[in-house]
Amino acid sequence: MIHCFEVNGCKLVFDVHSLSLHRVDDLVWDILNGRAPGKGYLPGEVEEARHEIEELRRAGVLFAPDPIVTYEPPETPLKSLCLNVAHSCNLACRYCFAGSGRYGSGPALMPREVGRRAVEMLLERSGTRRRLEIDFFGGEPLLNFEVVQDIVTYARERAAAVGKEINFTLTTNGVLLDDAVGEFLLKEAVNVVLSIDGRPGVHDRMRPTPDGRGTHNLIISRARRFAERWDQWSGTKGYFYVRGTYTRHNLDFDADYRYLADFGFRHISIEPVVSEDNEYGLREEDLSAVSKAYQRLAEDYLARVRQGRRVRFFHFEVDLDGGPCLPKLLSGCGAGQAYLAVAANGTLYPCHQLVGQENFKIGDVFRGVNNSTIPRSFTAAHVYAKEHCRSCWAKYLCSGGCHAGAYLVNRDIYKPNRISCAIMRARLETALYVKAVETLLAVSKHSEEA
Amino acid sequence: MGKHIITVTKGSILKREKAGCGECQSSCQSACKTSCTVGNQSCLHERGTEINKD
Repeated sequence: MIHCFEVNGCKLVFDVHSLSLHRVDDLVWDILNGRAPGKGYLPGEVEEARHEIEELRRAGVLFAPDPIVTYEPPETPLKSLCLNVAHSCNLACRYCFAGSGRYGSGPALMPREVGRRAVEMLLERSGTRRRLEIDFFGGEPLLNFEVVQDIVTYARERAAAVGKEINFTLTTNGVLLDDAVGEFLLKEAVNVVLSIDGRPGVHDRMRPTPDGRGTHNLIISRARRFAERWDQWSGTKGYFYVRGTYTRHNLDFDADYRYLADFGFRHISIEPVVSEDNEYGLREEDLSAVSKAYQRLAEDYLARVRQGRRVRFFHFEVDLDGGPCLPKLLSGCGAGQAYLAVAANGTLYPCHQLVGQENFKIGDVFRGVNNSTIPRSFTAAHVYAKEHCRSCWAKYLCSGGCHAGAYLVNRDIYKPNRISCAIMRARLETALYVKAVETLLAVSKHSEEA
Repeated sequence: MGKHIITVTKGSILKREKAGCGECQSSCQSACKTSCTVGNQSCLHERGTEINKD
């Protein structure tokens, strides 16, 4: 299976089953798209192009056969926990999937004992896995900073005692990210994902305080201060991403990437809100504008690369030759089996987006998983089990999409959200374009130097 | 490199099939908070480091 696409005038062919990417000229483009080559080619050129296509086919990097005949997903031990240390928030973001961080109930903070028990459960259920993950999430996790600190210390000690390592990530809105908190996160090499949407008007519209005030100025100053300290930190450190969200109110979100990049942030992600149930969620009629915004963003990104000041954009980080293994590409995030979410009271769910949904409770940290049906259904929801994914060119790069996203829109984890899929394909095409331009740029530079 | 086709990357999917060790440095759930693209993680066996870290 191949996918032919064009971005900003660059004609590309992606070979789905070998994950190979080729840049082609107009002649090959016409041949692969089943069109008769136009006039004006030199004698023998068409033959020559067909020969190149055939050579790549024989090499297994064009029209490669599907490597999967039958697929039985393996049972995998637990690897990651999302700890909802605070079901409470100091902001009132309009697009919050967790309902102001409360997940459908009253505000709550995770007690230390629940957090520690979650750590024990992770170690007990991780089998032979050595590298484990804990993500502090909420609500706003820094509202329960003492417990975050306690869990990091406790988990590190307990993991070391059994020969394992735990990496930590904290997702925060930045309101409480002062120097003391920053010092702790840097010293402990905690990965930080800080939410900021970009330009002041864009950010303030969607991320106000509970009494309706804008938060852009506060958050940008917190984020810049932490970024400066992160840059200067000489010890081992985690990654630091600023993470924005775009809606149909900022379909020119490439301007928000530019805004954040110009502020000096070097790792940026911007995610869409997809929903037809509100006035800000992306819809079918927005797809063309979204695609164009990714293409503009790609040119901005590449201009910075050419100037030697790359500002990473998470969605362009597709790694075709060193990326995840096939089992992971087929099964996606591992929700429900390798990955579980822990509510503030210790209740277990397949993933953070499903916390608070009664029908997805699968146990608690004290008694473990007592519902195996739901985890099994998540494990079975791999790419080849989803009708809409089997024939999709992007299947190995998006891994079937987000189970929770599919459920929340279609009430079926096997039926991906159509709009999310379209956005995913648009940004993957742009990411592959960026990959092609960057790779060819590097080759050309190398040739010049030689 | 051909005259009409320039191969940007040659995938190695069969090699990957032998992996499946689950020792990826960054879990998808951390990536999910930043993004939902599983494909943007690197395999330790392939590369020895994670792409999202400088």
